[in-house]
Amino acid sequence: MYRKDSVISAEIPTETFSVRNVSAFRGEVLILKNINISIAAGESLLIQGPNGIGKSTLLRLLAGFRKIDSGEILWNNQNIADDYSAHMNRIAWLGHQDSLKSSMTLRENLLLPSSIYKSSIETALKSVQLDHLAEIPVRMLSAGQKRRVALARLLLKPASLWLLDEPSSGLDTKALIQLGEIFHQFQQKGGMIIATTHIPLPLKNPKILEITAP
Amino acid sequence: MLTFFYLIQREMRLAIRFGTDTLGAILFFVLTTALFPLALNPSPQFLQQIAPGVLWVCALLSALLPLDRVFNSELEDGSLEQLLLLGSSAYNIAFAKIVGHWLITGLPLLIAAFPVAIMFDLPLNTLPVFLFCLGIGTATLSLLGGMVASITLGTRRSAILLPLLILPLLTPILIFGTMAIEMRLNDTDFWPHLELLTAAFSAALPICPLIAGLGLKLAVE
Repeated sequence: MYRKDSVISAEIPTETFSVRNVSAFRGEVLILKNINISIAAGESLLIQGPNGIGKSTLLRLLAGFRKIDSGEILWNNQNIADDYSAHMNRIAWLGHQDSLKSSMTLRENLLLPSSIYKSSIETALKSVQLDHLAEIPVRMLSAGQKRRVALARLLLKPASLWLLDEPSSGLDTKALIQLGEIFHQFQQKGGMIIATTHIPLPLKNPKILEITAP
Repeated sequence: MLTFFYLIQREMRLAIRFGTDTLGAILFFVLTTALFPLALNPSPQFLQQIAPGVLWVCALLSALLPLDRVFNSELEDGSLEQLLLLGSSAYNIAFAKIVGHWLITGLPLLIAAFPVAIMFDLPLNTLPVFLFCLGIGTATLSLLGGMVASITLGTRRSAILLPLLILPLLTPILIFGTMAIEMRLNDTDFWPHLELLTAAFSAALPICPLIAGLGLKLAVE
């Protein structure tokens, strides 16, 4: 993203994303206590922990969907609460659902982000090797294929941070290798990845955050 | 602005793919209005007398039918998060969904209301006022409905809660709308009612999408 041989190479501006002492409640119950995260451009983080411990809640906090109850979330040392819409612009999100409309074709499902960000649906679908099914309604796809379409949507938005909730669910071995390739390319361009997972993801040297009950 | 246009485009595509929802609302309108002459009295004079009330009530109830799905389907399949991350404000997204709802149900209802009004023996010269009022009425319903639908988003039994909350809000629209046509039928001054109807619409126009946007943000928390 930034040329190392440029004149200002002495001070390469690197994007950073950090979370300091974040806590969150679900109703009256404290589910996340003093979470600390710090990653820089090109790095990745895996959030691990047993079911129901608050991994997805943490991901929603990081996306800015949920307000934190204490602590701060910083992008380049600036609080994201200062400008939520700017923060949402840098994020690409993959929830535990695939966010696809069953009656629409793959192309129609991806048309909205591709029109807004002027990105190519073909290239995105090619990356997940589903370009030959572009005109097929999503309801005819398998669970793994749907997941791959949802992953293709990530590629349509020029985001700096990917927040992924169990990105590998339903994927076969071959698709996992593709996923590793997609991750690698994104990180090469300076992208950051934060993912929740139960199984090992094809990420190179990810940081690990183990969430335990507060 | 361009994003708003793309959002409307998406609504249209969804409407085509899920065409039965729209068609269901229109058929419901035509069929329920057709029941009244059978149940009451088919004489043209009587039909003309009950036409304003019957057409308005049936049109509003039909437009309510697909309202539950406006935001609920987006929440259920996780699309709502994706929409909110498109860089557009929640206000814009809610407004686009509301405009989409009107284009998909309000507008086809207006088209269907034309032959139905003739069936009820409404004189042709009253139809412009009737259709204009109904247009504003259905648009206000889309605004109020979108607002309430987003507030009840994610609650259990929202399909039952929704009409219970919206119908009381719709009473002014119904009163001004039917009065305007009745006045036009009796050749008296219908403008005050038309103005009040437009005033209700003008009040709902900026407020409802704002509240609906806040409701959407709360729903994804």
